[in-house]
Amino acid sequence: MIEVENLTVTFGEGASAIRAVRGASFRVEQGETFGLVGESGSGKSTVLRALSGLNPDWTGAMKVDGQVLGQKRSKAFHKLVQMVFQDPYGSLHPRHTVDHVLAEPLAIHGMGDVDRRVETALAEVGLGPSFRFRYPHQLSGGQRQRVAIARALVLEPKVLLLDEPTSSLDVSVQAEILNLLQRLKRERGLTFMLVTHNLAVVAHMCDRLAVMNAGRIVEEMSVDELRRGAARHAYTLQLLNASLGYDRSKARELVTFE
Amino acid sequence: MTQLRTWLTADTPSSRNHARAIQAYLSWRALASNPLTVIGLLIVIALVVFALLAPWIAPRSPIALDLTQRFIPPGAEYWFGTDEFGRDILSRVLYGARVTLYIVVLVAVTAAPVGLLVGTVAGYFGGWADVVLMRVTDIFLAFPRLILALAFVAALGPGIENAVLAIALTAWPPYARIARAETLTIRSSDFIAAVRLQGASGTRIILGHVVPLCSSSMIVRVTLDMAGVILTAAGLGFLGLGAQPPLSEWGAMVSSGRRYLLDFWWVATIPGLAIFTVSLGFNLLGDGLRDVLDPKSS
Amino acid sequence: MTQSLLSVEGLHVRFHTTKGVVEAVRGISFEVGREKLGIVGESGSGKTMTGRSVLRLVRPPGEVVARRMTFDGVDLIGLSEVDMREIRGRRIAMVMQDPKFSLNPVMTVGSQIAEAYLVHHKVPAAQARQRTLDMLAAVKIRDPERVYGLYPHECSGGMGQCIMIAMMLIPDPDLLIADEPTSALDVTVQMQVLAILDDLVTQRGMGLMFISHDLNLVASFCDRVVIMYAGRIVETCRASELQNARHPYTRGLLASLPRIDRPVGDLSVLSRDPAWRDGPVFVDGEMRS
Repeated sequence: MIEVENLTVTFGEGASAIRAVRGASFRVEQGETFGLVGESGSGKSTVLRALSGLNPDWTGAMKVDGQVLGQKRSKAFHKLVQMVFQDPYGSLHPRHTVDHVLAEPLAIHGMGDVDRRVETALAEVGLGPSFRFRYPHQLSGGQRQRVAIARALVLEPKVLLLDEPTSSLDVSVQAEILNLLQRLKRERGLTFMLVTHNLAVVAHMCDRLAVMNAGRIVEEMSVDELRRGAARHAYTLQLLNASLGYDRSKARELVTFE
Repeated sequence: MTQLRTWLTADTPSSRNHARAIQAYLSWRALASNPLTVIGLLIVIALVVFALLAPWIAPRSPIALDLTQRFIPPGAEYWFGTDEFGRDILSRVLYGARVTLYIVVLVAVTAAPVGLLVGTVAGYFGGWADVVLMRVTDIFLAFPRLILALAFVAALGPGIENAVLAIALTAWPPYARIARAETLTIRSSDFIAAVRLQGASGTRIILGHVVPLCSSSMIVRVTLDMAGVILTAAGLGFLGLGAQPPLSEWGAMVSSGRRYLLDFWWVATIPGLAIFTVSLGFNLLGDGLRDVLDPKSS
Repeated sequence: MTQSLLSVEGLHVRFHTTKGVVEAVRGISFEVGREKLGIVGESGSGKTMTGRSVLRLVRPPGEVVARRMTFDGVDLIGLSEVDMREIRGRRIAMVMQDPKFSLNPVMTVGSQIAEAYLVHHKVPAAQARQRTLDMLAAVKIRDPERVYGLYPHECSGGMGQCIMIAMMLIPDPDLLIADEPTSALDVTVQMQVLAILDDLVTQRGMGLMFISHDLNLVASFCDRVVIMYAGRIVETCRASELQNARHPYTRGLLASLPRIDRPVGDLSVLSRDPAWRDGPVFVDGEMRS
């Protein structure tokens, strides 16, 4: 479904140029959930933004659903690939009602039957019709994230890019959102690409994952290997250990990887 | 009444218009909770009402001369007294409100939208569009307002329209700068990224997403600037470059009354008080609006 | 628990708003010794307000009421603002979530730390500088001489948080209140920051109030844990016993966490029981009403 070949993303020019992603390659099959894991500055979100078309400064080759992607994306591409952002407080326009948020993509793509589609989209993410005309400030973080998911799905895409979708939510709300995403994936046969720093979320959601460090993919593994702790790269192992909780002796052994 | 209130404070709006009505009601309540803002609002409303109804509520003609009635002090017959030609000052102040309102409205509807559009376009697209538009803005910003107005009047002849043109030309650049600065922060937010990913065009994003967020601070700024606009217009009138006689304009009235200030204080003082009151009203209203509309505080 | 350092009884934090009184903290009692006490809760549980009210940092319209709040024998409620300032920073310090907002952007980090020392100690500048360098070294910053001259924007997030900790610790406080000190940091950096805090508690005998939303982290790092829900402490237990917690809220939170080690089908979703607001609470596995 997604094929990325030797993706390099550079910010800035000349001497001050920063190569945020250096030659990343991976494939995501139809119906799979693929995780991209790393710490801040590893380039994981940059990969997602290049793939979505938000960042045009990339080189390499990318294909989604067999179509080669250019720097500019067509309307058809946006109907195929949608994204959910990390911060539910920043991803909804503060002056737009939920109704406006969900109806706008339909207007852009000239899709009719707006009322029915908006109501269905709301119902699918577990929000009743009473939420339809509320403003974001009248919603909790979890409810906002549900609206953001509904907005992504209202165009009926095949691929959903998830950028840390639960990392700013409480754990109990995180569980609700992850369950919702899993159900929507089953019902619609979606392909997910999930970027996160939380290995537990990756282990729960994904089939396969790639670990990024300093712009490179250092390791690709299946989720079974992750569960067994069967990491080959030392960085992955360190990340895995640190994610299991505080351990005084392990904290001493941490190293910085370049 | 209570039914209406429940409808206006409902947590779950039942339609688009209902949601808008609730928002408007809540903003109104926030606005009305500050007494100074209410005073400002009342002054501005009074200006509008007096200006619109001047022909009907003015007791006498503002231009009819009656040299037998010169310099009558304020009293029961002439509430605000009469001037050197025996004209009724109350009527002249009321008609003068029309000129002031005309200037204020004309500046607001020309300068604010131009500034908003230039600023948001420059901020959203960046690159060349930004460089070109902002340099043009800088050029206009370099014109001194009063001197430009003098130049216009010299070139095109005295009159309100030319004064307004000069004020509007120098008023929009600050709006463009504010709008651009706000657009730069809005542009990088996730909700703009989300609508870009839906395939929305630049026009749609600017008009539907960026402008609504910038416009509230724009309204505040325009309201606060109106005091300055009124003072500039009055200044031009004072210099004899704005509204031409016999049209009654507050600045021009102060100017002609100044000669008699020591003997007949009311001739210059009353239009001066009118300028002061209306400027103060716009400032109070602007401060209140800022508290309600500023997106950073909510 | 060793001898008590901070003792709080019947703490309430109320906010007077236009829509009535909102109670963020509803009558909680706890004690902190020279140990690591974890305070866990979701957003809105009142955990942050609890930390702030100890230092009397709750601003109006907030109001703090407590039956008793003593720190090392000193009554914090009756204290004048001047005396409180002496306690704040010198004896009780606080570290916030984001170091970027807590550091002055136009001062070098070294001079900020030295200033924090000079506020409470009348010593020559050279001595304050030496003390600052020692402190930077103590929080495991490599090359303290270089870092001394850096501006906050030149430091990474992890380094910034270590600098904040150094600044808070230089007056050698007895109690440190850390409000989500590592939530904005990467897991590996988080480990390093926690190791520093751990050393300070075990070696200097400092008390630590560690406020966090991360159950696993608190369970592995702290000595004791209190769980807050809707402004109350619903459960208190040893951190090592957290997995055997008894309150349905604590159990629900634990069950809703995704796990690395084994697959779970759907995550269990916490259904909030209105009775928890005022229902029985658990202390070390025993029910109290």
